[in-house]
Amino acid sequence: MNRPTFKNTQLTVLVILRVAIGWHFLYEGFVKLLNPNWTAIGYLVDSRGLFSGLFQNMATHPGLLDVIDFLNIWGLILIGMGLMLGIFSKAATYAGMVLLLFYYCSHPPLLGVEYAMPSEGNYLIVNKNLILFLSLWILALFPTSHIIGLDRLIFNRNEKTMQE
Amino acid sequence: MNIKGKRYTRRDIIKGLATVPVAGALAYGLWRKSRYDRYRSGRLSKELNMSEPVSFEPPKTRGGDPLRIGLIGYGIRGEQLLRAAGFAHPELLQSWKEYAAMDSQDKRYSDFLEQDDLNIVVKGVCELFDVRLERASVASSNVGREGLNGKMGEPAKRYGDYRDLLAADDIDAVIIASPDHWHARMVIDAARAGKHVYVEKGLSRTLEEVYAIRKAVKESGIVFQLGHQGRQTESYVKAREAIDKKILGKISLVEVCTNRNSPNGAWVYDIDPRGNEQTIDWRRFEEPCEIKHPFSPERFFRWRCWWDYGTGLSGDLLTHEYDAINQILGMGIPESAVSSGGVYFYKEKEHYVKEVREVPDVWNAVLEYPDRDLTLLYSATLSNNRDRDKVIMGHDASMEVGSNLSIYACPESTRYKQQIESGLIRPEVPIYSYIPGRKDVDAVATATEQYFAGRGLLYTYRNGRRFDTTHLHIAEWIDAIREGKQTSCNIDQAFEEGITAAMATIAYKENRKVYWDRDKEEVV
Repeated sequence: MNRPTFKNTQLTVLVILRVAIGWHFLYEGFVKLLNPNWTAIGYLVDSRGLFSGLFQNMATHPGLLDVIDFLNIWGLILIGMGLMLGIFSKAATYAGMVLLLFYYCSHPPLLGVEYAMPSEGNYLIVNKNLILFLSLWILALFPTSHIIGLDRLIFNRNEKTMQE
Repeated sequence: MNIKGKRYTRRDIIKGLATVPVAGALAYGLWRKSRYDRYRSGRLSKELNMSEPVSFEPPKTRGGDPLRIGLIGYGIRGEQLLRAAGFAHPELLQSWKEYAAMDSQDKRYSDFLEQDDLNIVVKGVCELFDVRLERASVASSNVGREGLNGKMGEPAKRYGDYRDLLAADDIDAVIIASPDHWHARMVIDAARAGKHVYVEKGLSRTLEEVYAIRKAVKESGIVFQLGHQGRQTESYVKAREAIDKKILGKISLVEVCTNRNSPNGAWVYDIDPRGNEQTIDWRRFEEPCEIKHPFSPERFFRWRCWWDYGTGLSGDLLTHEYDAINQILGMGIPESAVSSGGVYFYKEKEHYVKEVREVPDVWNAVLEYPDRDLTLLYSATLSNNRDRDKVIMGHDASMEVGSNLSIYACPESTRYKQQIESGLIRPEVPIYSYIPGRKDVDAVATATEQYFAGRGLLYTYRNGRRFDTTHLHIAEWIDAIREGKQTSCNIDQAFEEGITAAMATIAYKENRKVYWDRDKEEVV
């Protein structure tokens, strides 16, 4: 498999970016896990834009909501671990992109659209979810976990390559 | 190095595990945060000592013979009450079904279906407008709770005179949703006939009627419920507990409000074009009135706007707010009342047909409780719908009560002085919030939760059931009849509501301060 080679500074920045996004995901996941009252219902009901019907529907089915809460919490934690520790990083990166796409589509920062939860900045079309999504895309194209990360120990080495 | 047949160099190990320390740092941060949260919640909940959430009763099965109900008055509220009791017109349900098919967010039909079956039958309906009488009869027979072409039962007998309905042997209890000027006569006659009563607020139109109603109800021993469905609001129960635990410190001011801003909200209802002297029994409508008026569809359909039939903001809306606070503080009848206001908005040509309303559309009342060192302030407008929660203000904290409840410490509080100085309590962050349906009350609600809850976006469902307080209030009355128990808004509560509203009304109409003589039970 052709993997990009990096200069040291390039590698360093990419790894820092990966770990930072991982930290962000992991912390979000754990905070939700530790709060027994956390549920996605408010966020989902507050959805606007083209796909709002879909997200609002998710909120109104109590059974489905439990599944969504569970998937969101553990999705965030596993994606965060994957990025931070560089373990199954490729899967974590793509899964993170899917999750961010959901967040973005449920709360698109469109002109004239207001949300219950005030944001700390000002956004039009482009928001932090979109930037994070694009950042993960970069990480998907320039993977580093086979160099710095547990993937190096899992995928990189086998007896064959060691005998080179 | 060999691990499971794989061989690694030291470089592999170092680079493979290079980011693990970062995970350690995050774990440490997380541990610190959760320890701080636990400490803060623990300290606060120990300080406040509030109990667990209100337990939510599972749906009851109500066996035995069905209770036989009569309905008097099928106007806007009468229709809502009958629906809350389980009976809705097929046309209405059909339209709700169609709306739900177009918009999956429209839960009106599914919510209605989820209401408990109260095991009642509607045996009689009474109404002075033929069109409504017909509708009431059809609605009462909709036992299948379906739209058009659904399963229908036997329609209720139609009555033009409520006295005939009360004389019927096949009726155990009545729901009264007539205009206020009829309440006293109907409640008293129903009590004398031994029928249990659910009557809409305000209890009565005049002061004298309040005494007469109490006397008749007490003498008869019927189960009585006044229609303040706010009695079923969960957050009021928690508010009362917070008061009992003296979390607010000494309370000296309570502010309650009504804000509405639509013709409907101001009782300028549509006038049904089918209403005429042939279809409306106008003479009977005006029977209790001292001064008789010529036939007026405007007065018939918008009766809340005239003193002949109701008491305006006082009996209609002050009573809801008063009853909520009376439930929380139990302060009873005030020692004095003043009130003022006027018809300031609904006097333009587009707001009436022939007669400008008499009852004010902006009105404020001040009720004094010197024995409790407390003032209750009521402020209302029918031409602005700014959201104003009930606020109970104490020396140590303020409590905002809506469907949720939040308590904020006062920056100058004596009780919380130390905790504020130490940073444990921040005056801008609630020291306690109660959000119905929330799993755990001890944990401090996060800012996110506060935002969502404040906008009604959290927990509109409890156990998958959206709660309708009117349904719960009627259910409580029905269960009380079956089990021989007291209702939450019984005749003693109703008496306090009725006297208080009457005092505020008299203060406005006679433009004077009105006093309550507690020993003689007289208004002076």
